[in-house]
Amino acid sequence: MILALQLSHFSAAALFALFFSIVFGITQRNSPNEMLRYGAYCFAVAMVGMFVAGWVMWMLHH
Amino acid sequence: MAKTETSTPDAQPQTASVPLTPIAALAPAIGWLIPGAGHLIQKRWTRGLLLMFAVVAMFAFGLAMEGKVYKPNTGDLLDILGFIGDLGSGALYILGRIFEWGGTNITTANADYGTKYIVVAGLLNIMAAVDAYHIAIGKKQ
Repeated sequence: MILALQLSHFSAAALFALFFSIVFGITQRNSPNEMLRYGAYCFAVAMVGMFVAGWVMWMLHH
Repeated sequence: MAKTETSTPDAQPQTASVPLTPIAALAPAIGWLIPGAGHLIQKRWTRGLLLMFAVVAMFAFGLAMEGKVYKPNTGDLLDILGFIGDLGSGALYILGRIFEWGGTNITTANADYGTKYIVVAGLLNIMAAVDAYHIAIGKKQ
């Protein structure tokens, strides 16, 4: 039996953000410098958004 | 007072015609089939390898999390959209169907994440293929 990879919601979302940031950075900008900056920006926005959404859900729950 | 429009040649909307060169047809097609290959055949080595890494790794992580690989279906709308997304992965999807990779039912949260990974890998690959086309027609460097 092959064991399935178990990721927490956070690590799955962080990994997801990493992969889509790479593709967005490359496809949405023209020069290598801009690609790097836009990829980092997308990753940062995803991570910050995840923390904010997490805290909002925590506050709604409590 | 009624406004009259003059129909001078300059007032007509200009449609940019893009010559269909072999590379412009080949780059998106091969880019869809093999993630990143549309860039690699145009000598964009770093971009191509990074795109290949991102799409293949995302697809592989999705499978490792027991994500579902959708089959062609006419059932639920989300299942149809899932199939369209999966199809974007090109050869990865074809191999997945041949070797019956992935889980059959989404029973855990992890399998749900995995299913989304596989769908999004396909959608990202379509973006990469479109980007390869833009490079081929000279719209992008």
